Amino acid sequence: MTDTPRDRDTDDTSKADIPAETEAPAHGGAPSRRALLGWGGAGLALGAAVAGGAVAMAGGGDDMDPAGAGTGGAVAFHGAHQAGIATPVQDRLHFAAFDVKTTDRAAFVQLLKDWTAAARRMTAGKAVGDGAYGGLAEAPPDDTGEALGLEPSRLTLTIGFGPSLFEKFDLGDRRPEALVDLPKFPGDNLEKSRTGGDLCVQACADDPQVAVHAIRNLARIGFGKVAVRWSQLGFGKTSSTTPGAQTPRNLFGFKDGTRNIAGTETDRLKKYVWAGEGDDPKWMEGGSYLVARRIRMNIEVWDRTALQEQEDVFGRDKGEGAPVGKAKEHDAPFLKAMKPDAHVRLAHPDANGGITILRRGYSFTDGTDGLGRLDAGLFFLAYQRDPRKGFIPLQRKLSASDALNEYIQHVGSAVFAIPPGVRDADDWWGRALFSEEA
Amino acid sequence: MRAVRLSVVTAVAGATALVAVTGCTEKSDAKGGDAIQVTAADSTCDTSAKSVPAGQVTLRIENKGSKATEVEILFPDDRIVSEKENIGPGTKYTLTAEVKAGAYEVACRPGMKGHGVRQKLTVTGGGKTAKRDPRLDKAVADYRAYAQEQADATLPAVKTFVKAVKDGDLAAAKKAYAPSRIGWERTEPVAESFGDIDPKVDTRADGLEEGQKWTGWHRLEKALWQDKKIGATEKTLAGQLVTDLTDWQQRVGKAEITPTSMANGAKELLDEVATGKVTGEEERYSHTDLVDFKANVEGAQKSYELLKPVAGKNDSALTAELDKQFAALDKLLDKYRPNKNSYDFTSYDKVGKDDRKELSDAVNALAEPLSKLASAVVK
Repeated sequence: MTDTPRDRDTDDTSKADIPAETEAPAHGGAPSRRALLGWGGAGLALGAAVAGGAVAMAGGGDDMDPAGAGTGGAVAFHGAHQAGIATPVQDRLHFAAFDVKTTDRAAFVQLLKDWTAAARRMTAGKAVGDGAYGGLAEAPPDDTGEALGLEPSRLTLTIGFGPSLFEKFDLGDRRPEALVDLPKFPGDNLEKSRTGGDLCVQACADDPQVAVHAIRNLARIGFGKVAVRWSQLGFGKTSSTTPGAQTPRNLFGFKDGTRNIAGTETDRLKKYVWAGEGDDPKWMEGGSYLVARRIRMNIEVWDRTALQEQEDVFGRDKGEGAPVGKAKEHDAPFLKAMKPDAHVRLAHPDANGGITILRRGYSFTDGTDGLGRLDAGLFFLAYQRDPRKGFIPLQRKLSASDALNEYIQHVGSAVFAIPPGVRDADDWWGRALFSEEA
Repeated sequence: MRAVRLSVVTAVAGATALVAVTGCTEKSDAKGGDAIQVTAADSTCDTSAKSVPAGQVTLRIENKGSKATEVEILFPDDRIVSEKENIGPGTKYTLTAEVKAGAYEVACRPGMKGHGVRQKLTVTGGGKTAKRDPRLDKAVADYRAYAQEQADATLPAVKTFVKAVKDGDLAAAKKAYAPSRIGWERTEPVAESFGDIDPKVDTRADGLEEGQKWTGWHRLEKALWQDKKIGATEKTLAGQLVTDLTDWQQRVGKAEITPTSMANGAKELLDEVATGKVTGEEERYSHTDLVDFKANVEGAQKSYELLKPVAGKNDSALTAELDKQFAALDKLLDKYRPNKNSYDFTSYDKVGKDDRKELSDAVNALAEPLSKLASAVVK
């Protein structure tokens, strides 16, 4: 009772929302080797300062968020863009789609403010509200408590607004043109209970409990205003936004996202990911569009497939990840050397007029399917400036011809407008959409 | 009769308050309405009063020491009545607790460990909560009367059900089953507080302990709907149900009810809905879950309405939200009965997955703010 560690605030002053950039990272630690290499000739001392002071550096509106050299620290919540997109991909995901249950606009706006305040605290490694214990004995604690004693774990919380939200609260004329309903693609077998949603929150962290805690607490704050429609846990990143790092593998055992946009590629982010000046509407400036697809993999069938065919299907070799006829993963692919229906050949930007999306998906395994097979696959998350010029044309092509289709099935789908970042302690998720003057 | 008694209570409480005001220059002991000042330091724990009337006790704590401290009100056996941990140096905190008459200790634990520095605290009064807001006394009295009414009305309904079972009339027994449970479901937290009655009358097959004999409503439910036959055993069990529920009816008046237990009871009724009714587990043979569901919500609403005058004053945003969510859930439930005055609800096996989700969302929407009612009452 008396000897447990306390990491809850003790006095009232610390309950005030302090902008994340003024806080020391909860877990600095020694800079990783990669961080030192990444910062080039800056030298050990500067490298250490940068890695330890990541939180202090970010949040100033840079396109690049340098936090993430370690695994325990805090990623800045404030910034021109929401964190969790260009941020180096964390190890774990809890993604939730919500339905709006209230018709009261003021109540919904208040929820967005309450969520923002909670997200600000949780991403800094703090408990929600007045904490998980020590409050009135007669009331349930504000925070659910399972993240006590855990590090911030680079938690990012990213909110999105689905097309159906714009049918509510008289928002019809504010719906971005780019936020189209996704067409039905050949082979889609979408389950209603895994599709759509008025809102989404993507929680990514290096510790799964931190990600789950975040979604759980936001859902709890939301009761009466929103209800969880579906949610998905992801356990292994399948794409990386850190080019120096080893490219992760998907559950088919292949490297995925070799040519993904890196969090440091400011120009490519601006061109392909962020909604920018001139992209209507103005409230989306600095935002992005997210396509989420639950892609079930026929794991057992794939595992019985000959190596040659597996490699033909992808267009890369399994060990190194090199394109057909090349030696190294990052060698430029010669697409014509691949089978006409090879995944990489069809999906590569060079075969699609340069179409590029930022992939941030996770592997999932939701137990077994009752038939003794893994209910596993890829929870595909892609950020882009305009789905009409990103995911949709790409998936039209892939769904029609990709050799991989024999081994996968799209069973869940959603699209969201990702509003720009929360600028400071007075700002809140969706302010530009909901405030009259914007 | 009751109205007269209540007005007396009000007058007495008013007099106490007056005494408290005139006596507040005397620093010796706390009177009704006074808080006890607790000054904690690294090796001392000073309290401004050593005795206080039973009821709501308030400690105004100030930590003048150099370490974070913890302040507790303790039973003689060191069980905690109420506590506040982690009070930082130089900070203040107000701790409130509802305390009955008896001998207690106030403990300050500098550094939040060890035995700490203790002060005696005597809580006076005949076990009554003398200092409590008279409106809350009225709420408890009214709730007790409600619980009694429910029990009184349940017995005849149960007897109708039992007669049908004893007559071997399957159809009549099925018809009388769900109505016989309404009063019970409305006030279940009171019945559960007795401990021994609930297992006898309301246990489900999956809730049986090793060696426990299955008796009560759900045992009969299974006989009627699944086995579709009434034998000698069922007739005996039906008789036992009347005996056990008569015991309940006679004990309601002695139930320990406080404003906090009323508020928490309301939340528990919603918990019952969330874990048993929304899932269709409670009435797995008869599928009359929505009747129980409605009765649980009605019972919760009764507690809430009685506490609302006080809760609304302390937290009007909360009561506005609760009003809204009770209304929303009531409206939703009305979709499942043709007549608003009837308890003839749709059989739950006919309620699809999407509709169950909608009901579940509405229960969550109400239960979450309802979990804050107790703190709004004791504030």
